[in-house]
Amino acid sequence: MAVTDMPTGDEKPKVKLLNDPKFRSIVFQVILIIFLVWVVWSMIDNASTNLKNAGIASGFGFLSTSSGFGLNFSPFLEYSSSSSFLQVYWVGLQNTLVLAVIGIFFATIIGFVMGVARLSNNWVISKIAYWYVEIMRNTPLLLQIFIWYKGVLATLPLAKDSIDLGALGFLNTKGLFAPKFVTADGAGLIGWALLIGLVITFVIKSWAKKRQMATGERFPVFWTGLGLIIGLPLLTYFIMGQPISTEYPTAGNFGPRGGMRVIPEFIALILALSLYTAAFIAEIVRAGILAVNRGQTEASYALGLRPGQTLRLNIIPQALRVIIPPLTSQYLNLTKNSSLAVAIAYPDLTAVFAGTALNQTGQAVEIVGMTMLTYLALSLITSLFMNWYNAKNSLVER
Amino acid sequence: MADIDSQTSMNRAETGALEVAFVRKELAPAMAPPVNESGVLGWMRKNLFLNIPNTILTLFAGYILYLTIPGLIQWIFTDAVWSGDDRLACATVAQGGELPEGWKAACWPYVGAYLKLFIYGRYPDAELWRVNITLFMFFAGLIPLLMPNLPFKRENLIFMLGIFPVASFVLLSGGNLGLNGFLLPEAIMEPSTLKFWVDFLILTLVICGLVAAYMKGTESDPIPAVVGTAIGMAVLALVLFVMSVDFGLEPVETDRWGGFVMTLVIAVTGIVAALPLGILLALGRRSNMPAVSLFSVIFIEFWRGIPLITVLFMSSVMLPLFLPDGVTFDKLLRALIGVALFSSAYMAEVVRGGLQALPKGQYEGAMAVGLNYWQSMRLIIMPQALKIVIPGIVNTFIGLFKDTTLVSIIGLLDFLGMINLSHSDATWATPVQAMTSYVFCAFIFFLFCFGMSRYSIYMEDRLNTSHR
Amino acid sequence: MKKTIVSALGVVALSVSALSASAATLDDVKAKGFVQCGVSQGLPGFSNPDSAGNWTGIDVDLCRGVAAAVFGDATKVKYTPLSAKERFTALQSGEIDVLSRNTTWTATRDTTLGLNFAGVNYYDGQGFMVRKDLGVKSALELSGASVCTNTGTTTELNVADYFTTNKLEYEIVAFEKADEVVAAYDAGRCDVYTTDQSGLYAQRLKLTNPADHVVLPEIISKEPLGPVVRQGDDQWFNLVKWTHFAMVNAEELGITSENAEAMKSSDNPAIKRVLGTEGEFGAALGVGNDWAFNIISQVGNYAESFNRNVGPDTPLAISRGTNDLWSKGGLQYAPPIR
Repeated sequence: MAVTDMPTGDEKPKVKLLNDPKFRSIVFQVILIIFLVWVVWSMIDNASTNLKNAGIASGFGFLSTSSGFGLNFSPFLEYSSSSSFLQVYWVGLQNTLVLAVIGIFFATIIGFVMGVARLSNNWVISKIAYWYVEIMRNTPLLLQIFIWYKGVLATLPLAKDSIDLGALGFLNTKGLFAPKFVTADGAGLIGWALLIGLVITFVIKSWAKKRQMATGERFPVFWTGLGLIIGLPLLTYFIMGQPISTEYPTAGNFGPRGGMRVIPEFIALILALSLYTAAFIAEIVRAGILAVNRGQTEASYALGLRPGQTLRLNIIPQALRVIIPPLTSQYLNLTKNSSLAVAIAYPDLTAVFAGTALNQTGQAVEIVGMTMLTYLALSLITSLFMNWYNAKNSLVER
Repeated sequence: MADIDSQTSMNRAETGALEVAFVRKELAPAMAPPVNESGVLGWMRKNLFLNIPNTILTLFAGYILYLTIPGLIQWIFTDAVWSGDDRLACATVAQGGELPEGWKAACWPYVGAYLKLFIYGRYPDAELWRVNITLFMFFAGLIPLLMPNLPFKRENLIFMLGIFPVASFVLLSGGNLGLNGFLLPEAIMEPSTLKFWVDFLILTLVICGLVAAYMKGTESDPIPAVVGTAIGMAVLALVLFVMSVDFGLEPVETDRWGGFVMTLVIAVTGIVAALPLGILLALGRRSNMPAVSLFSVIFIEFWRGIPLITVLFMSSVMLPLFLPDGVTFDKLLRALIGVALFSSAYMAEVVRGGLQALPKGQYEGAMAVGLNYWQSMRLIIMPQALKIVIPGIVNTFIGLFKDTTLVSIIGLLDFLGMINLSHSDATWATPVQAMTSYVFCAFIFFLFCFGMSRYSIYMEDRLNTSHR
Repeated sequence: MKKTIVSALGVVALSVSALSASAATLDDVKAKGFVQCGVSQGLPGFSNPDSAGNWTGIDVDLCRGVAAAVFGDATKVKYTPLSAKERFTALQSGEIDVLSRNTTWTATRDTTLGLNFAGVNYYDGQGFMVRKDLGVKSALELSGASVCTNTGTTTELNVADYFTTNKLEYEIVAFEKADEVVAAYDAGRCDVYTTDQSGLYAQRLKLTNPADHVVLPEIISKEPLGPVVRQGDDQWFNLVKWTHFAMVNAEELGITSENAEAMKSSDNPAIKRVLGTEGEFGAALGVGNDWAFNIISQVGNYAESFNRNVGPDTPLAISRGTNDLWSKGGLQYAPPIR
């Protein structure tokens, strides 16, 4: 293309249709769409012909039929072998969420402790944290689950010679048999008392803040709040005549009975998931704290804040801004990883729905589809939350 | 100011001249640093006993180490059993052996007895040399590739991405792939290897024709493009030919594959397939074309939103239903497809990070030189972007490497699957068997993953300096 | 772009080469030269690989019989180990030609899953195994026990029925793989291990101390185990069905792998029809006329297969019981070949 050929002025350049980027992009997109439609259509077509040829039932009618099998873990929902497959789905989802929530709770605590320990100027502590993080991050999670389940919990004594943990109950290969809280009449009031305590604390807090802004006087919100949140329920407990008692497990034919049973599959998964994820959280926390400029600390000190206040009012809020987004995705990872429960027979969504229910009905397409959609929905909700949090807390740039 | 300065210097000169007795003439010899600031003691004071809380922490940590480390050493080394023929070597008196009651430590002879199965799976004994050659080729090709200072990177890469996959496919499976045509209807020609090549030739001609027509349409010289396409097809033909030739190797079905070799096969195939797919998806996600970017976003977010185990379930239980009647894939191949698609989504996000990190000037510069989209990507953008994300790619690979253990859930006998299988052998069944094998497995995985993460940190440092 | 086209092509070419025209299974099998047989991932006596990868067992024998009938060579079988979960999809999708994996014949599987059961090669029933030191004598004493079983099996459903109808409390622990169930039971995770009784005897061998465990007398279900094929291919269905019947008929007529050759000159027309010296039954099945002779001479009759794999002289030590011939008080009954 010689320079003299360059179009001048308003003259529209004469471009061959194939060289026009707009035309090319449209053609390319049309081809892509046609291709995708073809792929999806042929998959659906294949699936429907295959299902028809093989005489396999399809549709969601199976959801209302009774499952016929038992499950050994359902903390909140009712379940028996006469429940429907839909109930199997809900129980599976419930068990996944219970696992995820408790796992996230422990993972966060351990992760923050380890992340801070990693930055400690105490050499031993930071080295311990370092090797903890490296060992946990560099071995497969599934292996860790197996180590806890088959290597540790399965070698506990048999049910007949359980380890007596005293007030904590009994421990054996069949799990932890802890005392259970049994509520009598009036126990509900304690919950209400707790709620009232929380609400009052919240009101006091905002009032105290307003007052401090206006007059500069401070109010001991923390201690008042603590007194209200713990004191009120405690008071109710004694007024109502101690309506909560503990039920201890007793010896039965097949090991301890009664009390609260925690199955070993659950223990192994909580241990593995929280210790594994904690290693990743520790790194996130460390990076978050390091991301806060050192000048921030110095500035706080210069303003006369004490180290504790500096951490609480200056460093942590800023570090959290860096920590929260990757932290949410770790929470999501933990939730997705909880599907490894299927390896050790904990009845989570993948194990009982995409596993047992699929086996009994044979309706692979419907069931795997539902399971995938559920996980997708969980991850979408998490990313929506993350976006909302980011938008709320991101730096307002000037 | 100047005045004062000159005054002081004058004073000094004067005093110097006067040789006042109370002024030292030489520098005092440097004193040894205080004992508690340097040397071992100083280091300990600074790092272990700085103040009271720190000291308490140190003592606490020391106590934890005291509880764990000696026990660990006993378990792995001093108390462990190192030789024996069956479970009795690792059994306590009550379990029928000779070890004292309450003994708990590693049982290494069991790992020794199963080592071959852990590494090679059930691969036939007589054919193990094929696996060994493949492993040798893999490491011999990979290690120089990872060393940034060595020359011949291009040749090395061609070997690893071109020759090695084909060679290892032929070696591991025995080659002799059945090709029986795909284009012409069966009425014209019976399916056979010959028909495949006829079909292939027709396809090549059609594609070359299309390319020529397209180049004509854009008013550019069609010859280089057509020649390039023809060469590409010829290379593909060569690859297929090598795969389909009967080298006289005993075919080994994939259900005989297993152990650590299978772990490597899945991880390496997964990453090699995921990288190009991931690059395309990352480009797609940043594309200006709405249909392309929407598709890429949906694809990426779909795979990132679901757990790998459901992907593997889908590939093992659902995928066969989506294929045309009679088309079946090998179970390992199905798992590989699932793993590759899954990791391509993660790879796409890594690559996208690299693309976003490049300054806009690079894109504009490439355009200004007159390069078209694919040229600028290939020559300007990708080389820089991929270099930035090498650590990210390595980290994705570590994740994938660890995740390969999940295939044991769908019944493939990878390293972990083989270990679990060995537990059902009554010859070595003892309470310490599971823990011994898992510790061994964890050690191997740690070795590989830790090594790779060190490498990724090393590359990160290296790349950092070159960019500053 | 060019590279993408090329690599996409490669995938297409490879996947298409895996294509095989599938009209009738028998033609397919003949074309590829072997029978693809779905088996368990390792159940001694039924389908179990040795460390060299050679499969043995009563279910494996059936596949070998089919291969003998089609090719006259019982070794022309390839085995696909399948979990309980994968087995039906593998059959439905055509990945395997016949599923011979101690699979219970039920109405659901026969209808909504699109399968056909080609007979019963082992009559089983579900039983329980417990530790001796628990002192349990009957399954009715099991209230409050933890029960280990496989997911996706009929045993999982039966155990729920049994414990519910007898108003017993129980905890079910359901694992994906049979080996995991055994390991969990062995470690004491469960008090009871339940599966088909034959399975109990087989898996007991894998326990650390087999002598410490006892199988309870109750049998709580009917478990007719048999080979399975896809619906809608009657020719293949017939072949698999009659492979089993040929083995049973051979036992009834006293034809064994040793005397099959000699029996060819027998005067008994029933024996002649089985061995193909009279009639054209092979052709009707779409295979050679010496199909049954090949099965019997290479695999053996039903009694030989039973005794070799699960019988009293094997570690499983299972007596014929319900699996004896109908004429000897058992349930094995084959329609005559005529």
